[in-house]
Amino acid sequence: MNAAYGLAGIAVVVAATVLIGTLGLRISRTTSDFYVASRTVSPLRNASAIGGEYLSAASFLGVAGLILAFGSDMLWLPVGWTGGYLVLLVLVSAPLRRSGAYTLPDFAEARLESMTVRRVTSVLVVLIGWLYMMPQFQSAGLVLRTVTGAPVWAGPLLITLVVAVSVLAGGMRSITLVQAFQYWMKLTALAVPLVFLLLAWRYDGAPGLDRDTAPRFPERTTVTVGATVAVQVVEPVTVTADGRVDDRSVDGAAVTLTPGRHTVGRDTELTFPGGAAVPHVEQIPVRTDREWAMPLDGRDHSLYATYSLILATFLGTMGLPHVLVRFYTNPDGRAARRTTVMVLSLLGAFYLLPAVYGALGRLYTPELLMTGRTDAVVLTLPGRVFGGVVGDLLGALVTGGAVAAFLSTSSGLTVSVAGVLAQDILRGGVRSFRAATLLALAVPLALSISARSLAVADVVGLAFAVAASTFCPLLVLGIWWRRLSVAGALAGLVTGGVLAGTAVVVTVAGGAPEGLAGALLSQPAAWTVPIAFTVMIVVSLATPRRVPPGVARMMVRLHTPESLNVDRGTWRPRRV
Amino acid sequence: MSGPERDGAARTGGREGGGAGPRLDGAPKAAGRQDATGPVAVGAEPPAPGRTRVTAPRTRGSRRLRRPVTREIDEQTGLGEAYMRSLVQAQLRLAVRLCTLLAVVVGGIPALFALVPALREQQVAGVPLAWALLGGLIYPWFVACGWWYVRHAERNERDFADLVDNPWSDRNP
Repeated sequence: MNAAYGLAGIAVVVAATVLIGTLGLRISRTTSDFYVASRTVSPLRNASAIGGEYLSAASFLGVAGLILAFGSDMLWLPVGWTGGYLVLLVLVSAPLRRSGAYTLPDFAEARLESMTVRRVTSVLVVLIGWLYMMPQFQSAGLVLRTVTGAPVWAGPLLITLVVAVSVLAGGMRSITLVQAFQYWMKLTALAVPLVFLLLAWRYDGAPGLDRDTAPRFPERTTVTVGATVAVQVVEPVTVTADGRVDDRSVDGAAVTLTPGRHTVGRDTELTFPGGAAVPHVEQIPVRTDREWAMPLDGRDHSLYATYSLILATFLGTMGLPHVLVRFYTNPDGRAARRTTVMVLSLLGAFYLLPAVYGALGRLYTPELLMTGRTDAVVLTLPGRVFGGVVGDLLGALVTGGAVAAFLSTSSGLTVSVAGVLAQDILRGGVRSFRAATLLALAVPLALSISARSLAVADVVGLAFAVAASTFCPLLVLGIWWRRLSVAGALAGLVTGGVLAGTAVVVTVAGGAPEGLAGALLSQPAAWTVPIAFTVMIVVSLATPRRVPPGVARMMVRLHTPESLNVDRGTWRPRRV
Repeated sequence: MSGPERDGAARTGGREGGGAGPRLDGAPKAAGRQDATGPVAVGAEPPAPGRTRVTAPRTRGSRRLRRPVTREIDEQTGLGEAYMRSLVQAQLRLAVRLCTLLAVVVGGIPALFALVPALREQQVAGVPLAWALLGGLIYPWFVACGWWYVRHAERNERDFADLVDNPWSDRNP
């Protein structure tokens, strides 16, 4: 990809973000703008804003990358990320809006009348937020590296600065219009290049993906390995290497790679002859195209992994901190429902696209299976398929879209996490909010640089699993079950949080072990969610005296339509 | 003007009724009940206190009134609680219905692929079945489910509002 065009794409989006952030200072001196908007924002604009904030780097880059690597099982990821809104619509949206809660800790406090539950919820919001932000930052590193070859820490640092400036200056979050615009920008940045790519693909004779062979380099291809990788070679191949292969220095000489495991050092260039089989990085199984296209053939224990993924995504969406807060801009519960249906449509439209990128990537950029950077497929494809200015322009467009994706999600999460940190952990007030913003950004920055690089959509998937194991039971039981007690809620939150959190730490820090244990840890939702629900219910039944006294009034508040004039209690969320 | 103060918060007496709230001008409970069950001349009846009815001008007729259901709810009487439970249960039944459908369809797809391997190879218009379903068709189905749910949930709420608002309804206890 041409670095100048890519940088231009990044610069435009970054400049727009900072500009809007600082202008936002003038437009909205307080967050009250956010509430004023609540009366005038139409469901479509509101839904666009939710989509704009929700579609992160995991959706923009990660889904296509995982589909390229693991095939059709990964289609469940975008399905779950959309279907999660259906579950949210049915179980949560209107009652949550009617609760008047602005954040998850607010809801916990209002429903259970307990500051302890509120604090536990706050800690979980912060942890989930950080877990969600870390891969966004890593994607920033990936984007900057793909475009300019900058070191991987440069991207996270850049995004931290931009988000810090825009959030501290005015909070771009407060402007619904900006987030709404982001959705349409991301859709365009993915859809327009795809139209060109599909035309080129047809022009090529529409090659299919039903061959009984693993991917091969279509022509003589030079692959540059960004980080040291271990690859699995299936058939012997003679390559021209420049760098380090199997811990030996090679200087532009021919090397024959025998079948088996080989390590390729950082910044090594390998030139493969046309028609050679693509060696796969260890983590990605070698599959023929036909196997790749079939379900339940991607990873080990794929049936378990599929069900666990479904559970995590369908139930985790409702527990994401930056999603919930957007529902507040709906004027009432009825509008919250209608907005959610609109979100379903918008996300459905968006998620039609990444799968096609993944499939085209298998045809045109198979070397990503060797470098392991499958997340870069969306960025790499336009330049690979089109030479010249067209490729550069389309490349700049997808690059800008990717930057918009991680900037908008990171900003939303930063505001959510900083708000909770400032209010529930620091003392509150504007000064605390500023300190909290820096803290909210510093931790994922450090994590993103120090942690292993994992597929962005996998880490985001883990954040969904934690949300599904903690906030899903809290919200669902809190809204529909009167007998939920303070002790039950606490026990369920802690159990779900500790179990899912442990699985996350093991997977991210050390890498999941082989076999069934690995599947259980890297996709924990299938066991942590039922356990969390069970604990919450059983402990609640055992402690009937600790059911909050105001539960009946709260049920009135959550479920009666706004048109009825009934007493809904006096609780209101506190402000930062 | 901020949001939470505007709605969500206490609404008692926040409307037309003003400070008086839904207090029933001293009508004893028993009398109110008796009245409601007796013959009522429609049209001569004033709106329930604390409510604004837009279909007819307020008349300052007699104050013979049944106890409004909103007050039963506000005071958390057995009757009020029964009303609330009926609403929550109706909404929960609807939610459970949709979640069950979702679980059967979404949970059924991997199960079908696991149990009937031939389906994995099945092609639909040149695209493998899994891709056609998960890469395309499931999204409009989600939206359709969403609309279906919204229509029914709003109907439940309308029914409840009618039940609570309308003292002449046949369904009143």
